[in-house]
Amino acid sequence: MPNGSPPRIRFRDPQIEMSHGAGGKATRRLIDGLFAPLLLNGSGSHLSDAAILEIDGVRIALTTDGFVVTPLVFPGGSIGELAVNGTVNDLAVSGARASALLTTFVLEEGLPSAVLEAEVRAMAAAAQRIGVHFVGGDTKVVEHGKVDQLYITTTGVGRMIPGLSLSPHSVRPGDRVLVSGPIGDHGITILLARGELDLEADLRSDTRSVLPMVEALAAAVGPSIRWMRDPTRGGVATSLNELALDCGLAIHIAEELVPMRDEVRGACEILGLDPLHIANEGQFLVVVDRLAADAALVAFGTVPGGEMARIIGEVRETPASCVLVTTPYGGSRIVDMLVGDPLPRIC
Amino acid sequence: MCLAIPGLIVSLVPEFQRLAVVEVSGVRRRVDLGLLEDDMPGPGDWVLIHVGFAMSRISQHEAEEQMRLLRMLGEEGAAIEEIRGYDSAVQDV
Amino acid sequence: MRFVDEFRDPDVINHTIEEIQRLCEPGRHYRFMEVCGGHTHAIYRFGLKDLLPDNIELIHGPGCPVCVLPMGRIDDGLKLGERPDLIFTAFGDMMRVPGANGSPLEHKARGMDVRIVYSPSDALTLARRNPDRHVMFFAIGFETTAPSTALVLKRAKEEGIRNFSVFCNHVTIIPAIRAILDSPDMRLDAFIGPGHVSTVIGCRPYEWIARDEGKPIVISGFEPLDMLQSVVMILRQLREGRAEVENQYRRVVPWEGNRAALRAMSEVFALRPFFEWRGLGFISQSALCLRESYAAWDAEQLFQVAGVRVTDPKAAQCGEVLKGVLKPHQCKLFGRECTPERPVGALMVSSEGSCAAYYNYEHRKGLAAAGSAATSF
Repeated sequence: MPNGSPPRIRFRDPQIEMSHGAGGKATRRLIDGLFAPLLLNGSGSHLSDAAILEIDGVRIALTTDGFVVTPLVFPGGSIGELAVNGTVNDLAVSGARASALLTTFVLEEGLPSAVLEAEVRAMAAAAQRIGVHFVGGDTKVVEHGKVDQLYITTTGVGRMIPGLSLSPHSVRPGDRVLVSGPIGDHGITILLARGELDLEADLRSDTRSVLPMVEALAAAVGPSIRWMRDPTRGGVATSLNELALDCGLAIHIAEELVPMRDEVRGACEILGLDPLHIANEGQFLVVVDRLAADAALVAFGTVPGGEMARIIGEVRETPASCVLVTTPYGGSRIVDMLVGDPLPRIC
Repeated sequence: MCLAIPGLIVSLVPEFQRLAVVEVSGVRRRVDLGLLEDDMPGPGDWVLIHVGFAMSRISQHEAEEQMRLLRMLGEEGAAIEEIRGYDSAVQDV
Repeated sequence: MRFVDEFRDPDVINHTIEEIQRLCEPGRHYRFMEVCGGHTHAIYRFGLKDLLPDNIELIHGPGCPVCVLPMGRIDDGLKLGERPDLIFTAFGDMMRVPGANGSPLEHKARGMDVRIVYSPSDALTLARRNPDRHVMFFAIGFETTAPSTALVLKRAKEEGIRNFSVFCNHVTIIPAIRAILDSPDMRLDAFIGPGHVSTVIGCRPYEWIARDEGKPIVISGFEPLDMLQSVVMILRQLREGRAEVENQYRRVVPWEGNRAALRAMSEVFALRPFFEWRGLGFISQSALCLRESYAAWDAEQLFQVAGVRVTDPKAAQCGEVLKGVLKPHQCKLFGRECTPERPVGALMVSSEGSCAAYYNYEHRKGLAAAGSAATSF
């Protein structure tokens, strides 16, 4: 872009809505159309989970993430755990091992200190499990009603794991797509925990650090790994669509191979939701050269919690830039990126 | 208008007899049985659920009968193919 | 999942498709209409079009209660939502449908108290829990859903809950089918009948379609094997020169319907003399309103409802697509001004609207060269 010419703002929505934060198309429109032109020197070329910087010849990864989940505590975890695992995972799927974390708190006046302490303990425990340290942060308190109890942002920095070279442009037809475990646990758990739908199930958020699995993969098949992503908001479908758009190829997924707990399937059938659009907090997708797929699966299996990893699809030439889901009996459908939040339907 | 799925009645809600706890693949929800009051189902029965109401009982007999008919299509089809094979063989002679 | 997975058995599906191929007369072009939006959704979700022979064309019918609702009704409902004491509740399906001043979700973003409910019972529960607010339920749906609304209204009356009302947009399926058959541009060979509506109304109401119009109609379930078996049954009728009502969905649909549901409906609802349907115009006796005995729970009687008539934007051809006269991509706005992200009409919003289905499945597939559907890895 020539110096001096003003950046073109393409974001025309008159107001911000929930869909802009849902991780799907509206979010992309906001980032591509407003943030990228003004803040990213117009690049915003492909969105990835972390930025890779080179400082004095050393490559480091840098990422940040905000956590605003309600309820604060849910089966399987809490906002504090998400805040640590989420940022460590963004670094991990970008090929980096988290070295240090910063955190900011925005607290609502009137928040019981016990609630805050519980979350800080959760963050400390999660960080210790992973072996990463907090090195600083910031705190703001706002008037009662201006924020919903507690918002946390974490920023992480990490060193690149040797042997990994990740780029959507390195993806080739024939490459295999793997997922680290069953999808949809987190999003459905949160939906049920909100209590508005009167549904009950034995489900827990899958929040965890995926770094051990990434390191096992890197050690086993590092040079064969093309791309990784953690499918948080927007689900597997959104992440794979981003890849398809970035590499211009087609991602073919076999529906029956995608691991999913019965309860997630049941909740999605009742509510008319597509499990591929539901958020995950402890899973990641990886694309590897087809010759390395079996070894990758073995590597997953060496890590506790990696036993449910599966090969779920492959990359092909056509239909270009699309994600195609096939049924066991020869039917297929295109799965798009999430548009707004997944909404239950009755029709 | 059409999203309705099969669920298993696991228990009745004690305070409201027309409410049942229904389970779909491990997910439970209270479902109103009021539309089936002429032939009230109970725990162990399968019902079709739509917007939190049971619309109909599911007949296991009819479901099995349907699958039987469909499976016969496959066998009929194979039989017809075999016969066609004989016919053409006869004509070749 | 029981009663679901069996009907997705790949081997049986393959055999059923072979039977369909055997029954199809070569050179004949079949046009079957699936009336119900749920079937439209199932066709795309299961990729059934990939499985059927090319000479079977599936025409999407008007059985999408979101799609047929004229914009004015949404605006009327949202106007009521502007009252500060009112909680606007509706199914998720309604949330992104555009009104003249935005969708319910957009109104929520501007401060209206809009909540998604899975069941009308949940709306009543909200009223019980919020005695100082008024909860209005924006009711949509065909006869599948109307009995549930009816029961909830009965409960509200029995319990004397006065801070609850229903804005009733329930419509009935038979007049819609009649309007389709009366349409001069419509050439159809048979109908795939609405399975879940039929759990309430039974199979008798369709007899005139076979007897007077000479078209086979098979009441179908929603799993892949249900729909494929229905196609087999239709093809057999056509081959044998029959035109009958048949019930493929026997495990769930009783021939006589659900008497308790019909009783509840007739106690609570009356037929409106006429109602405007998007695309089909005014149809007499095609929609439900609350009886006088339930006036205290009727949002239209409790509040001033403007009765706004809002026509669709001129360029949008929702009506013609709804009738099946135009295919979605033939509408001038399709894929350009009107996309699932920025829908102009309800057919692009609703998960069973023809435009949304076509956009997501056909359009993008057609843009690139079609790849092979089967996977082997």
